[in-house]
Amino acid sequence: MMDKPKIAMYWCASCGGCEEATVDIAERILELTDLVDIVFWPIALDFKEEDVENLPDGSITASLINGGIRVTENERMVKLLRAKSKIVVAYGACSAWGGIPSLANLYKEGELVSLAYREVPSLDNPNNVIPQTTTVVDGAKLELPELLPRLLPIDRVINVDYYVPGCPPTADVTWKAIETLLSGNLPPKGSVIGASEKALCDECPLNETKPDKVLLQDLKRPHQVIPDATKCLLTQGLLCLGPATRGGCGALCVKARMPCTGCFGPLDRVTDYGAKTASFIASIIDFQNQEAIEDLIDKLPDPVGTFYRYTLASSILGGKARDRES
Amino acid sequence: MSDEFEPKIALFACNWCTYAALDLAGTSRMKYPPNFRVIKVMCSGRVDPQFILEAFKDGADGVLVAGCHLGDCHYIEGNFKALRRVTLLRRMLDRFGIERERLRLEWISASEATKFVEVAKEMTEQIKALGPLSTRLEVRA
Repeated sequence: MMDKPKIAMYWCASCGGCEEATVDIAERILELTDLVDIVFWPIALDFKEEDVENLPDGSITASLINGGIRVTENERMVKLLRAKSKIVVAYGACSAWGGIPSLANLYKEGELVSLAYREVPSLDNPNNVIPQTTTVVDGAKLELPELLPRLLPIDRVINVDYYVPGCPPTADVTWKAIETLLSGNLPPKGSVIGASEKALCDECPLNETKPDKVLLQDLKRPHQVIPDATKCLLTQGLLCLGPATRGGCGALCVKARMPCTGCFGPLDRVTDYGAKTASFIASIIDFQNQEAIEDLIDKLPDPVGTFYRYTLASSILGGKARDRES
Repeated sequence: MSDEFEPKIALFACNWCTYAALDLAGTSRMKYPPNFRVIKVMCSGRVDPQFILEAFKDGADGVLVAGCHLGDCHYIEGNFKALRRVTLLRRMLDRFGIERERLRLEWISASEATKFVEVAKEMTEQIKALGPLSTRLEVRA
């Protein structure tokens, strides 16, 4: 009897949403377990790191890794899975581009620790306890992984074969990606799988109401307007990043009258999602003079956070400029 | 060789106006700082913010985007797009720890070689005062 292909799933610095998204395939999980052997999935199954170490190199058909590289343990685990796997998939925005946690790259890691353990107003830390990488308790040495200077997408640390976009990827995108991986008909390495090759507008139900020239004369935040569910959200002054974002999600947010925030990331041939999206928004501003343009942009208090919400670590600059460590 | 910091400034020059002005400055033997690395584009509206960030990442201490005066663009509206894009990008540079003065937008017409020389001298001094950027940007892994 032929062995079933082995699949592993792992989470690095992750909110757990990608694990939920996988489970979201609902009864298709029964079909999945018929087709594959899941050999490692910390949130759901009891296999240990040792079990992975004991597998022959390259014996895992595909490892789906979510979460970004934030601490040394993440780095160690993805390198282990890379060695043991034929295919590695960066699953979800964090592993693909850094995700929301990579907004931390706008600060030095010392600032992050200081905020979390010393400065937060609701904190109660009178003895100024800060996590250490080693400590001795009752003669036993305990260890914690070390915080890396920046959060990285996993492809900065290992070779990644495919990317599944989304924060999190939808159940349908996940299933499509799994089907692609098991099909034997693999796309070129480095491809995004499971999603569309076109921008979100292409599948948006409001696409027909989008005029030929969308022009922004005002910028509104979602709580400032009750959106008309029958008209393109951009035309209502809401900052919908659909035109610059990969489709495949079924426009779920827009269907709920929330403008797209860009979680399916860039289209092919775009290096820096945030810069490209800022370029798109800037180019549709309907003012010709500096002052009026500045006034409109004033209504967008945090352009970097808005445009790079999911992709900061994979951007051209990767984070805030800082002195190079010698 | 002096130890003084010599900035590297990328200059995105539009083909129809600014690049012609650069030519005129050259053929007229005008003296100006040698710190600019010129990249010709057909229109300042072609300048993608990704190019500007790539320039900073690759070692530019400053970036100058220059094109036709507003209303004179060879492609009618391209320079308006440049205006809006650079305006937004300058704000974003602050959060990246890059002083927004390192990115500058100028309108320099084909006959304005003198204006180019003035801008070149002024910007070179300004970037010298700000100091090198390239030593502060981590090379991405």
